[in-house]
Amino acid sequence: MTLNAFLFQILNGLSSASGLFLIAAGLSLIFGVTRIVNLAHGSLYMLGTYIAYTFATKIGGVTGFWGGIIATALIVGLLGALIEIVLLRRIYRAPELFQLLATFALVLVINDAALWLWGPADLLGPRAPGFRGAVEILGRRLPTYDLFLIVIGPLVLLALHLTLTRTRFGRLIRAATQDREMVGALGVNQAVLFTSVFALGAALAGLGGALQIAREPANLATDLIALGDAFVVVVVGGMGSIPGAYLAAVIIAEVRALCVGIGTVDFGFVTINFSKFTLVAEFLVMAIVLIVRPFGLLGKAQGAVRSIAEPEEPIRPATPMLKALGVVVLVGLLCLPLLAQGSPYLLVLGIDVLIAVIFATSLHFIMGPGGMHSFGHAAYFGLGAYGAALLVKWLALPMGVALIAAPLLALCGALLFGWFAVRLSGVYLAMLTLAFAQIVWAAVFQWEGFTGGSNGVIGVWPPAPFDKSWAYFLLTLVLAVAAVLLLRRFLFAPFGYAMRAGRDSPLRAEAIGIDVKRVHWLAFGVAGLVCGIGGGLFAFAKGSISPETIHINRSIDGLVMVLLGGVQTLTGPIAGASVFAVLHDTVMRQTEYWRALMGAIILLLVLTFPQGIVGAFASLWRKAGGRL
Amino acid sequence: MSVLELRGLTKSFGGVHAVRDVSFSIGKGEFLAMIGPNGAGKSTCFNMINGQLAPDSGEILVEGRNIAGLAPRDIWRLGVGRTFQVAATFGSMTVIENVQVALISHARETYRLWRPAASHHRARALELLAQVNMQDAADRPSRELAYGDVKRVELAIALANDPKLLLMDEPTAGMGAGERHGLIELVKRLVVERGISVLFTEHSMDVVFAFADRIIVLARGRLIADGNAATIRDNAQVREVYFGTGKTFAGAAP
Amino acid sequence: MLSVDKLSAWYGAAQILFDLSFEVGRGEVVALMGRNGAGKSTTMKAIMGLIAQRQGRIIFNDDDISKCEPYQIARRGLGFTPEDRRIFSDLTVTENLDIGRQPPRQFLDGQPAPLWTPERLFKLFPNLAEMPDRPGGRMSGGEQQMLTVARTLMGNPLLVLLDEPSEGVAPLIVEQMANTIIELKKEGLSILLSEQNIHFAELVSDRVYVLEKGQIQWHGAMTELASNPDIQRRYLTV
Repeated sequence: MTLNAFLFQILNGLSSASGLFLIAAGLSLIFGVTRIVNLAHGSLYMLGTYIAYTFATKIGGVTGFWGGIIATALIVGLLGALIEIVLLRRIYRAPELFQLLATFALVLVINDAALWLWGPADLLGPRAPGFRGAVEILGRRLPTYDLFLIVIGPLVLLALHLTLTRTRFGRLIRAATQDREMVGALGVNQAVLFTSVFALGAALAGLGGALQIAREPANLATDLIALGDAFVVVVVGGMGSIPGAYLAAVIIAEVRALCVGIGTVDFGFVTINFSKFTLVAEFLVMAIVLIVRPFGLLGKAQGAVRSIAEPEEPIRPATPMLKALGVVVLVGLLCLPLLAQGSPYLLVLGIDVLIAVIFATSLHFIMGPGGMHSFGHAAYFGLGAYGAALLVKWLALPMGVALIAAPLLALCGALLFGWFAVRLSGVYLAMLTLAFAQIVWAAVFQWEGFTGGSNGVIGVWPPAPFDKSWAYFLLTLVLAVAAVLLLRRFLFAPFGYAMRAGRDSPLRAEAIGIDVKRVHWLAFGVAGLVCGIGGGLFAFAKGSISPETIHINRSIDGLVMVLLGGVQTLTGPIAGASVFAVLHDTVMRQTEYWRALMGAIILLLVLTFPQGIVGAFASLWRKAGGRL
Repeated sequence: MSVLELRGLTKSFGGVHAVRDVSFSIGKGEFLAMIGPNGAGKSTCFNMINGQLAPDSGEILVEGRNIAGLAPRDIWRLGVGRTFQVAATFGSMTVIENVQVALISHARETYRLWRPAASHHRARALELLAQVNMQDAADRPSRELAYGDVKRVELAIALANDPKLLLMDEPTAGMGAGERHGLIELVKRLVVERGISVLFTEHSMDVVFAFADRIIVLARGRLIADGNAATIRDNAQVREVYFGTGKTFAGAAP
Repeated sequence: MLSVDKLSAWYGAAQILFDLSFEVGRGEVVALMGRNGAGKSTTMKAIMGLIAQRQGRIIFNDDDISKCEPYQIARRGLGFTPEDRRIFSDLTVTENLDIGRQPPRQFLDGQPAPLWTPERLFKLFPNLAEMPDRPGGRMSGGEQQMLTVARTLMGNPLLVLLDEPSEGVAPLIVEQMANTIIELKKEGLSILLSEQNIHFAELVSDRVYVLEKGQIQWHGAMTELASNPDIQRRYLTV
């Protein structure tokens, strides 16, 4: 790459940075004040692209384009206010993770709403009136619209900075970021403040989306992509720091632009196409930043956020009643093959449920008792699945060996990633785990020669007698029960207590000689190991796997399962996984708009059972005077 | 040999000296109070001894061994226990489990995966709880305890590794006058029975004058006085920077 | 000014306050005393609407505030300084004061309540005047305590709930706090004070209610309590 080409790519990067900054700034503002990580932020951005497209094409001209962009920001801002008033306001007192669940449900609903309104095809907007041309810079032609975008980022940064430091509204935002209850006790109406901050954040996302229509088509996959980008930017810049978000947006955009610019390089022994590594590169930057500066480039260590969730009950050994219930369920499952003779689908569903149980229980192990909210648990599932499938494909190893190798590979991955992750906490830990999972995903996706790329690996069938679904079901059942009981045993052992001590109060745990990071690191490994069993079983159950196995969607599914069951109970993840897997499988068969339906069901559950299914049941039971 | 000896301990944050050249020592079985205005460097000093902060320079000797810069958990293994200014327990555990976790760690059994933790060291944990009069609450969830009781449980946890030195950061903060005396009397008794040395910070002068064997005073990061109650009470400099006229507490008025 | 009738409050399933009834008159300094865990802070938070599960009638300025949100209560002229101070640590002293700013207020009889500006507060707390641009997080405990009180005064309250102002600060600062309370009383403010330090309470309060296990066990004039070692021993020491 010549120097000129290099400088040109830098300019290109700067123009992409503005869009990244707009969405990240909104996410950061909303998180600061409401303490809600708004997973639907990418969806608001996506809506921005569609709405602006509609204005630009239906009305057209200068009014349709530029007026449309302003109108879009306002509409999305209003929609944000509506979401805050109708939904979020009801769940501010729920545990933080429950709020995530609610916003994820919105992702599903908004995505299907967009599908219904605008259809599945990509929609490319018109070019911007007044910025149709290009200027020649460094011997290349740069669209004037890109120059416009380069300017808009710093302008918005300046406006936000002045608002936050010079106006009372801004000072209130900063104060509420630290202690919203106290702000209320000083006479400030929090409800209005929260709604306006949410509206402002949403409007920024909408504006960011609207500005993109002249460059990129509106697309239904934008929501999760934009969300991932926004996360990376916010975390790299430092949660809550607006200048940090701009700095990070520039860095990330430049890294991407340079990867594209470098293109394919022949190193002699190996040829690498860097333009395919944009995703890996961006997450690598994030991982490095978080390791060097755990709170992001310009972020500060987060003070203890006032916890408003109900504290946890001490764990008690299973009561005779719970044990009896367990036996009944187990016997029922053992009889399932007999019941399923008429409908083979029942066994397929049973296997799906059991694998989901393994996945969710292993995630709960680090999330509940360990207090580490992993957003990338799919990585270990995927390592297990790909490990097993590739051993069969390349070495033709028998299933037994593959099923043993799968968890071991997942263990290695978990120990490697976990070593970095346990150095962080809270949202940062969540984002780093997400980054690692995305790296695994990208590696699998882009290493076509070995992993089959987007086609995945096919023909991973179990040998006899496990080719019969009843036999495979029983194998899965045995392994699932073993995994669940083993993890439970660990939780009651000294190791589990040390884990919880480290979660309840890291400072105090260290003060009684517990090496909290080491304990949590090993717990990460254990969770990865068990999750890998699920991954291996999954590969043979489906006969084929694709990068979908590691997709961010699966990580989020895991969170949904755990939260649905209730993170504070040991039986919760089992119930949550079962309910989720059954819902998922059955709902998907019913309608094209299954996402919206899933989302609606999740919202209903969140609003009715803020402690999860098992948690709600347990507290009802306690109120009735019983003990579990 | 002193149980704890500080030599020229210094720490600054961004150019501001929080602790400057502080030296003092504690003998075996001594009950030493550290007092001084807010922001005098007491907490910084404490956090260097317990390992949360590394000093810029100076030595911290525990029975002759320099522990400056060691991690809190390693310092604990050398027999230095501590309690916190804001007492808390491991909220998801019962009272006795809180003590058991400490005993498990002391016995280096943290990484065991099989036998339930509840069956480890239960008898010893009950003994420790009995010493602080909390044995009846052993199986209650610790988060339901009243604050004064949390302080007692914290003390039982701190005793789990048979410490030779106990660091107590404002042990009576947040307690009523009567409770204060009750808790400090309890600590004092344990100190005498077990020969433990105690370093504590405190704002309640009633407690300090009634119980401390010796008092050291910090102001603006420096040690400005060291002596018994009478000496400190009559020290003009201490009066100026810390006591005031003394009408808001009993026992200090000349 | 403030009249509390049969106030009860719960944390989760645990009842903390049981049918408390008491009053604070105009221009009066009333102390709530009792051991730790007796329910003093809970009483203050319940009055301020910061505890969701509460019952009973709270009348402030002839206005029933028992169902109001915290911000509505604050806007009626009730100021609150929490025991753990809760300074906005990223904001400077001046910015912290600005968060507390509310419009001028009047008493029921139309007489204006004391009007506070940063300049006036800096005269009351000279320490704060030396550091207007210092972030709250970089102040000592005593300075933060003063800032908390100053921030509440910025709302021009008619009555201030002061939760344990002497807790965890040096004797010299405790003395300054006592002088401040006496100043505020002179300005015509009413104060409800929660306190464990009898020496401090004696310096500033007119009347006292003694709490134990969420119930009022004794009430009377401060002088009466001060000269009655029996009650002191029974409720204030173990």
